[in-house]
This record gives sequence, C-alpha cells and structure tokens, in this order.
Amino acid sequence: MTWTWFHRLGSPPYIYRLAGRLTPWFAWSAAALIVGGLFGGLLLAPPDYQQGDGFRILYVHAPTAWLSLMVYTWMGVAAAVGLIWRIKVAHALAAACAPVGASFTAVALATGSLFGKPMWGTWWVWTPRLTSELLLLFLYLGYMGLRASFDDIQRADRASAVLAVVGIVNVPIVHYSVVWWNDLHQGSSLSLAGKDTIALSMLVPLLVCLLGFTLYFGAIVLVRLRAEILLRERAAAWIREVLA
Amino acid sequence: MFQFHSFSQFLAMGKYAAYVWPSYGLTLLVVGLNIAWARGLLARAQLEARRRLATQEGHA
Repeated sequence: MTWTWFHRLGSPPYIYRLAGRLTPWFAWSAAALIVGGLFGGLLLAPPDYQQGDGFRILYVHAPTAWLSLMVYTWMGVAAAVGLIWRIKVAHALAAACAPVGASFTAVALATGSLFGKPMWGTWWVWTPRLTSELLLLFLYLGYMGLRASFDDIQRADRASAVLAVVGIVNVPIVHYSVVWWNDLHQGSSLSLAGKDTIALSMLVPLLVCLLGFTLYFGAIVLVRLRAEILLRERAAAWIREVLA
Repeated sequence: MFQFHSFSQFLAMGKYAAYVWPSYGLTLLVVGLNIAWARGLLARAQLEARRRLATQEGHA
C-alpha cells in the first residue's frame, strides 16, 4: 500500500488547489439542500402535536447546533494533527474552523433561546445542555482570542492548538448532556441505532437541512483554508503559479 | 400538501411568528455573513501575497 495520497494531504499547494476545485461543488449542493430542506420544514412538514408551528424552529436550530459540535470536532482533531505531526495545513484548517464554529454556536444559542421562550416559558435556564453549549462558545472565542495575541503565526498555531485539543472533552458533554442528566432540553429526535422519535414527513426536511448545512460548512472552510494557507506560505514559489 | 391555507396564515406560524421568523432571519443572516467573511479573508490574503511577490521581484 502506498501512502502518497496521505502525504499529499499535508502539501500546501496540493490542498490549496484541491480546495479551490471542490468549493463550488460543496457550495451549490449546499444551497440546493438548504433551500429544499427549509422549504420542506416551513411548508410541508405537519405541525407538531405539542409545539404546533413553533417546532419549525428545529429546522434552523438543529443544523446550527450540529455545526457548533461538528466544527469543533474538526478544529480539535486538526489542531491535534498539527501539534503531533507539525503539519502546517492541519493548523491552517483548525484556524479556518474557529470563526465559523463560533458564529454558529452563537446562532444555536440564540435560536435555542427563541425556541425555549414559547415552549419552556423562559429564554434561558442553567441546565447542562445549555451551559455546556455556552462553554463551547467561550472555547471558540478563547481559541480566537489566544491566536490574536500572537504576532507569529506558527507560535499562535501551537499555543491555540493546545486549547482546541483540551476543549474537545466538552463536545461529548454537550451531546450526551440530555441523556446523562434530566435536562429541560428535549432529547435527540434522531438515532443511528433504534427508532427515530420523529415522523418521516418531519424527519426528511430535517435530514436535508443537516446535510445542507454540513456541506455549507465544507464550502466556507475550504475558502478560509486557502486564505490560511497563503498566510503561512510566505515565500513559496508555488504561490506565484496559483496567483498568476 | 402545504400545511397552510393562506399566506397570512403562513406568516402567523400558529401563534409563533415572533419566535420562528427571527430564528430563520438570524440563521440566514449568519449564513450570508460567513460567505462574505470567508471570501473577504481569501481576497485579502491573495492581495497581500501578490504585493509580497511584487516586492520580492523588485529586490531581485
């Protein structure tokens, strides 16, 4: 078995070009899925028997909350790879993830608040799910703040990577908080093992939205990754070629 | 097929309009902002790299 494909993943010019080629595929499929999924969620899915039409917030709340966790996982794993194998592209990926993850964590909290007010009667409660999600936002902001405090990008990469890796422990806590503790937050509607607790006509638009937002993140992070690679490859000859 | 019989009924969202529409508005706003931020970041990085290459050529 040859490992050349694996080594190419650490090559800045290869990744820069590949990211550029992949971006439109991610972007356009994401646009189609998000439009289709939100259309289905707003117009085709039946109202919830308890939450009425208010449950339609789920179609933006669940995908943004999913992004908040998925993006952090990418960021933490990329930072770990960067630390262990000293791969510049991995650090660039971690740095590219942070602002996207932070903004969608804020949206997940805000849409959750807008969901909580009519359903629970309060904008906020200090339950494990909400508190750990707020901690997730602070981890993102701490990571970005720490990076901003260094002038040297290599030192910023290494220092912030440690924080990103340590913060990964919070990801399963957010996810399993509604299982481990008796949280006011409802449990997951989706399950890989066993039965989903949601009707098919509600489920399909939700899955379409989740996939759409995931691909959307792919498109955004590929664009940001190219920028982060350029910032780290100051004197490389290949930059002359790709910018020509 | 559609769950609403009129556009005004759709806008009313049961009695949840004040919660549903801000959620969708905020989400789509941040979706749009992230597109603009990412493109701006790449455009700035490319411009900076071009400038750097130009100065290097000037010194050579």
